[in-house]
Amino acid sequence: MQRVALINSGCANIASVRYALLRQGVEVDVTADPERITSADKVIFPGVGSFDYALEAVQKSGVVEAMRSLSQPTLGICLGMQMLAEGSAEGQKQGLGLIQGRAQRFVDAPGRSVPHMGWNQLNPQGDDPLMRGIEPGAYVYFVHSFYLPPSPYTIATCDYGLPFTAALRQDNFWGCQFHPELSAQVGAKILSNFLAL
Amino acid sequence: MLSRRIIPCLDVADGKVVKGVQFKNHEIVGEIVDLAQRYVDEGADELVFYHITASADRQTVNLDWVDAVAQRLDIPFCVAGGIRSVADAAARLEAGADKISINSPALENPDFIDEMVAAFGSQCIVIGIDSLEVDGQYQVKQYTGRPDKMQDSRRDTLTWAKEAVERGAGEIVLNCMNQDGVRQGYDIRQLAAVRDGVSVPLIASGGAGTMQHFKDVFEQADVDGALAASVFHKKIIDIPELKAWLRDQGQPMRI
Repeated sequence: MQRVALINSGCANIASVRYALLRQGVEVDVTADPERITSADKVIFPGVGSFDYALEAVQKSGVVEAMRSLSQPTLGICLGMQMLAEGSAEGQKQGLGLIQGRAQRFVDAPGRSVPHMGWNQLNPQGDDPLMRGIEPGAYVYFVHSFYLPPSPYTIATCDYGLPFTAALRQDNFWGCQFHPELSAQVGAKILSNFLAL
Repeated sequence: MLSRRIIPCLDVADGKVVKGVQFKNHEIVGEIVDLAQRYVDEGADELVFYHITASADRQTVNLDWVDAVAQRLDIPFCVAGGIRSVADAAARLEAGADKISINSPALENPDFIDEMVAAFGSQCIVIGIDSLEVDGQYQVKQYTGRPDKMQDSRRDTLTWAKEAVERGAGEIVLNCMNQDGVRQGYDIRQLAAVRDGVSVPLIASGGAGTMQHFKDVFEQADVDGALAASVFHKKIIDIPELKAWLRDQGQPMRI
């Protein structure tokens, strides 16, 4: 059975992710131990809250160097994905810089509440294995106020007044702006695709 | 396109799902996890659990069922009721809740909203507002879980909603008490006024009786989601049928 390291930096609500992985039938290792992270088959990096607050928790937890050294498939979820990037308009801190891009803030407008909260549609781009079997227009659950603009690394976009990166991949780092663990069957399929990498 | 959300609300008391009429005379309607799973299977977009006696009794929610629900559900759910501290909220989030809704404690101490937002981020802090129309004015009520302890918070509903958002709340659930449990339709006028006044997602609560009521509240008040309890518990409205019909009526729906 493969072992997934679910990074616990103390900043994220990880119960939902943990239970979603257990439903997939894998061993889930909730950890901030660099050794346990680097030796895992897959790594998941969740995050909620504000950018600087969450990054500070990540830095304090001592996992940053381990994360930089990873070569196995690694998935950042929501703020976890944004922290893998270079930075965010939400905070002053530098991101981990493992993926390209800086998070921007949605501007609220009539008909566009911020945060972007709820079920919105994926438009897969290219043929990345994470998006295998995901139909254009499939709904997943988002909750965020900041977003990464589309880039050459984007593997799925979503539209909220403007197109943004719903999922991306750069080398062995994947990211989902949405929450696959809260996205019913579509989310389960994406997690299953990740575990099959 | 962002879909409208259909949100069954499960009022919880003493470990069971209950429903009263205008917050009184609760009757037991089912087991928490079983009902929650039924709604997920039917296509509910999100669930809200209100521990309705909590604030007035100064109790807190028992966390075993939060964990049991998180183990089974693969959609978001929000927990409300008697959350009085950052530690109370952290315990529920750690047990698997995705959002925390606060109501009476925020009225007692509005700074509590700021503290919660600083600790967990706007995205998981929901402000529940129980609003009663009295002589044409909308007033916020407090401790609504127990009629004997309910009181007027001396706040105007729209003013309070705006303040909550300024303090960082990520979503507002507006429960229009005049309509609650009587299935005569959502309070469109009040919801539209709050919709115009706040920029965060707004969830309508109180009054759903027919499928048309959902269409009306989405079209006329532009709310992000509509919450209902008895019409779903009692199978007066079938969720798959509701969502398919709303989609045919032009509403973006996750089917």
